[in-house]
Amino acid sequence: MVEKPAGGNGRPILEMSGIGKSFGGVTALSGVDFTLREGEVHGLIGENGAGKSTLMKIVAGVHGTYDGEMRIDGRPVRFRSARDALAAGIGMVHQELSIVPSLSVAENVFLGHQLTNGAGIVRWRAMAKEAKVHLARLGIDIDPGAEAGRLPLGLQQLVELGRVLFSGARIIILDEPTSALSPPEIERLFTVLRRLKAEGTSFIFISHFLEDVLAVSDRVTVFRNSRRIATANAAEVDKHWLIERMIGRGHQELEEALEGEVRLATPEAAPVVLEAEGLVRKGAFADVSLQVRAGEVLGLYGFMGSGQLEVAKTLMGKLVPEAGSIRIDGRPVRLSSTAQAKQAGIALVPESRRSMLFADEPVYKNISISILERIGKLLLDPAEERKIAQGHVDRLRIRPYSVEPPLRALSGGNQQKVALARWLTHLPKVLVLAEPTRGMDVGAKDDVVHIVRSLKAEGVGIVVASAEPETVMALADRIVVMRKGTITREFRNETVSKDRLLAAA
Amino acid sequence: MAAQVPQGQLAAPSGGIGSWLAARLTNIAPLITLLFLIAVFSALSPSFATVDNLGNILRQVSITAIIATGLTFVILTAEIDLSVAAVANAAGIVVAFFTLQESYVNIANVPLPGWLAILCGLAACFALGVANAFGVTVIGIPSFIMTLAMLQIGAGICAMLVRGQIAYAVPPLIKTLGSGTIGPFPWIVVIAALFLLVGHLVLTYTRFGRYVYMVGGNREAAEYAGVNVKRVLAAVMIISAVCSGIAGMLGVAYFGSAQQNEFDEFLLDSIAAVVVGGTSLFGGRGGIGNTILGLFVLGVLNNGLDHIDIDSFLKILIRGLILLLALVINVYAQKLRQRA
Repeated sequence: MVEKPAGGNGRPILEMSGIGKSFGGVTALSGVDFTLREGEVHGLIGENGAGKSTLMKIVAGVHGTYDGEMRIDGRPVRFRSARDALAAGIGMVHQELSIVPSLSVAENVFLGHQLTNGAGIVRWRAMAKEAKVHLARLGIDIDPGAEAGRLPLGLQQLVELGRVLFSGARIIILDEPTSALSPPEIERLFTVLRRLKAEGTSFIFISHFLEDVLAVSDRVTVFRNSRRIATANAAEVDKHWLIERMIGRGHQELEEALEGEVRLATPEAAPVVLEAEGLVRKGAFADVSLQVRAGEVLGLYGFMGSGQLEVAKTLMGKLVPEAGSIRIDGRPVRLSSTAQAKQAGIALVPESRRSMLFADEPVYKNISISILERIGKLLLDPAEERKIAQGHVDRLRIRPYSVEPPLRALSGGNQQKVALARWLTHLPKVLVLAEPTRGMDVGAKDDVVHIVRSLKAEGVGIVVASAEPETVMALADRIVVMRKGTITREFRNETVSKDRLLAAA
Repeated sequence: MAAQVPQGQLAAPSGGIGSWLAARLTNIAPLITLLFLIAVFSALSPSFATVDNLGNILRQVSITAIIATGLTFVILTAEIDLSVAAVANAAGIVVAFFTLQESYVNIANVPLPGWLAILCGLAACFALGVANAFGVTVIGIPSFIMTLAMLQIGAGICAMLVRGQIAYAVPPLIKTLGSGTIGPFPWIVVIAALFLLVGHLVLTYTRFGRYVYMVGGNREAAEYAGVNVKRVLAAVMIISAVCSGIAGMLGVAYFGSAQQNEFDEFLLDSIAAVVVGGTSLFGGRGGIGNTILGLFVLGVLNNGLDHIDIDSFLKILIRGLILLLALVINVYAQKLRQRA
């Protein structure tokens, strides 16, 4: 175990020692020691499944049974519920925010403990006033009467942080707080964190974005394979150091994409399969024109909310553009439904698993849904469906190897492969992938890279819409960058790096 | 440093008897309810458990069964059709309106040949179904509201045509199918069985049937898979209306008259039959098999309460309570299955 001299001067506020936890014989955490100091931002990094979430769930009272000991302010504690943890001053801001979009900012800040007078009547004015004062302390100035759901995501997040603080939390766990934010929003969040830190609040900052972790943390702890691998002062290490410990093996492709530059090789000879011109959809994107050639992967990159996902949905006919035209193989097509898009040879794997899969249905029905009309005109042929599905399950190494279990029994990465498999029997002309690797571990990401490469070789035109530069860089031959709904730059036949992508977005 | 897992912390492994039961609770619960009701009524009344009475029950549920067949399609897509009874009533009255009535019937009707009258009845329910489909898929009105309006429109059509009067005559074909017998079997029971059978075959063995389940299971996912969700929804609304219309036409012959509000109780009965049988109101789960179970529960309940000697006003309450219980089980079973 690497132990660099630890910095930070605060006294330990949260101490965990010898923490172990396993689920049904699978070890999730083993012998973990972890210390959080008062007024510290402590970065927590590691691949998916490395154990950081499990550790945080123990801290937050979600898992009540575990080995080892946890102390707060030196006193041993054992939380049985999230409520216990909250009472001890531990709060959490999840990646999926839990603010109520239809309620006002003030109501959200006071969610769960509204101010009322003796008769139980809500004191709206007092709440609004206090909420404003409270948020001002965070350095943000929002109208407390504004509908929370209409605020930009970055402000929604700060409202949630405000609520957690208001409920008395001294230790706050931030789960992927920067993944959906633009650079200025990230900077504002960090300013707020630094201010709160100076007042004595402690943060655990979980993130895949290593730059963000290094920028704001005092110390960083790396997890790998259910163990704590290292803890170091953030000022004394760099990204390479972290990646080495996080991955623990030579992993060139990822590291290249993360670190270095990627040389884009754009095929020019192949015919154009998809051509979109002047697409407009109010509030999402404006004047978007794209071309995709057969066997080419077009990366559509932008920060979350820049419009790339909406463009993807428009190509599939899920959203209808107000202006512009789409041509497939040179022929204009009108896409006012997904069924039409499919007919025209376009396929989309959407960004959220919930919106692409039938959780209760067996794997084979999830795969066959898109090709039923090819298997039988009127009647179903379950035997054929199973055969085709089994072929995909074998080829894509979907686990378990059976096509019978309901989809909900599969892990997330395998579910995503099922969604991809749906389009692999009869290849579409254009395959649109929205956030194809979001939430995947490195192994599953590699699988996606290989699937995309083989589709490319078959001449499918592919669009990868993503807010993750690594994803786009690992997959694309050509990259179009979007900012606030318009295309700002195109990279072709040149080297790109994450810096250049970010700079263009 | 292998971590010890304290007992009771592990989630129940899937595949255990508990989750197997939980997954099938939606089917088992109505079956148990049915057996329970049969046992109770058999014990309380010697006239209940007889072959004759079985025939009664079958006849009594037949019209509900035809309506419920169409409604099963709708509910499987997680939509609802509240206009089934009104559409049935309207189609029944339309067919009578175009049939020559006895001279004492004071309706300004338009006598047509029997086949044409039947066609008019079919066209009427088809048109109302198309209107429902249009409102739900093209305009985007929630089916609950759209069909609530259609309930009123159907009642309005009935009122306009009969103006408070009662018509009796229907074309011979309708009369035979609604009140005649084939051998020992009433035609209406045979027709109901046919509807259920065809409904089951369509839902189980056709592509359209699969789409109905998938649209109900996850509408957005079905859309992303390239399923024409609107077309499926439009189809089920029309299927429901046509089933209701046919039930209504046969019902006029079965009851021997066509009048306003004749079918009102069939709205609740048909929805109850589908849902009590275990088809999920959230869509994607259940089927005609469940509807048949539900029909028997309902039929046995309605029939059995007539065989035992209790306050007839209390019967209404008892019926309501048993339906409520079945609905609670339906929702609870849904939750259990999701956890399993």
